[in-house]
Amino acid sequence: MKLIDPRVSITEERVKNIKNILAFGSGKGGVGKSTLSTFTSLILKEKGFKVGLLDLDLYGPSSHLILDGDHLQPKEDYGIKPVEIDGIHFMSIIYFTQNKPLAMRGKEVSDSIIELFTITKWDDLDYLIIDMPPGMGETLLDLINIIKRLEFILISNSTRFAMETVTKLAMFLKEQNIPIVGLIENMKNSNSDFVKNKCEELQIKYLGKVSYYQDLEDYYGKTDELLKSPISKEIAEVASFIP
Amino acid sequence: MHEWALAEAVINSAVEEAQRKNLRSVGFISLKIGEVQQIDLEVFDFAIKELSKGTIIEGAKVEYKEYPAKIRCNSCGYVWKYADSFKDLGEEEKEAIHFIPETIHVYMHCPKCKSRDFDIEEGRGVWIEDIT
Repeated sequence: MKLIDPRVSITEERVKNIKNILAFGSGKGGVGKSTLSTFTSLILKEKGFKVGLLDLDLYGPSSHLILDGDHLQPKEDYGIKPVEIDGIHFMSIIYFTQNKPLAMRGKEVSDSIIELFTITKWDDLDYLIIDMPPGMGETLLDLINIIKRLEFILISNSTRFAMETVTKLAMFLKEQNIPIVGLIENMKNSNSDFVKNKCEELQIKYLGKVSYYQDLEDYYGKTDELLKSPISKEIAEVASFIP
Repeated sequence: MHEWALAEAVINSAVEEAQRKNLRSVGFISLKIGEVQQIDLEVFDFAIKELSKGTIIEGAKVEYKEYPAKIRCNSCGYVWKYADSFKDLGEEEKEAIHFIPETIHVYMHCPKCKSRDFDIEEGRGVWIEDIT
């Protein structure tokens, strides 16, 4: 008999009590996936929803910086319970790496992702928001295999450089019949309609724009002030499109 | 306890496999247990027995075959035993590897050339080897 990896059978079970699973992806790095996914989580929580946030960027996790979550530690409870930060259920690889560098090859990224889903015991949630890494490698492909109910929110900045890659991700997701809720144009600093027009061309809903704020980092780590930051109102507006 | 999460995965998977094989009952399950995750077999066996209650697996004899881990450096080719490096780790580091074995790359390096680029050639994970 061929060896069976038992983890594969349990991953869907682990997310069965989560109503909506939304991956914030881009393909491109540095466009604000962590910022938008974390703020969206906070905004949905403020609306009264139960929200989980999973940072799947194993090489460059950063959501914990926005939430000030690096001093916490998940608890064991017949598996691992995510930490809770101001009502957000949060999980990241940093809780296993002591926030040190984790350099590994592709197969091991796959194993880490499957292991994370196998051991993490999420509560019943209205939303699980996933902060995706850049690229279209193991994390994207494994996630698609693990979660059949996955929906994507695409993030781009206003540049042709970013949209070049976001377009490829959009084409891939469409070909694979994975729903795309829409695209958020982040760090917008001009009146150009380039991204909006590109969305029309790709037949993707343009969810709206979020301006570039020079001082945004000043709010990071101060969870009580994040929702008072100037960016929060704009993100709340685009997040209103979330199903 | 992490062993419970893995035991749950084993039971789930074993039930699926038994159904696929059209087994009316399961008398025997053989599991391969890699050294890397340092599974507590007493806890794991207890979890398997508890979680199998009321399933087609209940009452089956479960065999645990532990297999040692071997690591090969991708940089210099050196091969070493996991146990040799593991003994030098602290409790927190051991626990991290217990949960996510790939964090081994954070806490270990090749004893010969210090590279973090190595493969766990054998001894990772829990596998169902046989079910009858």
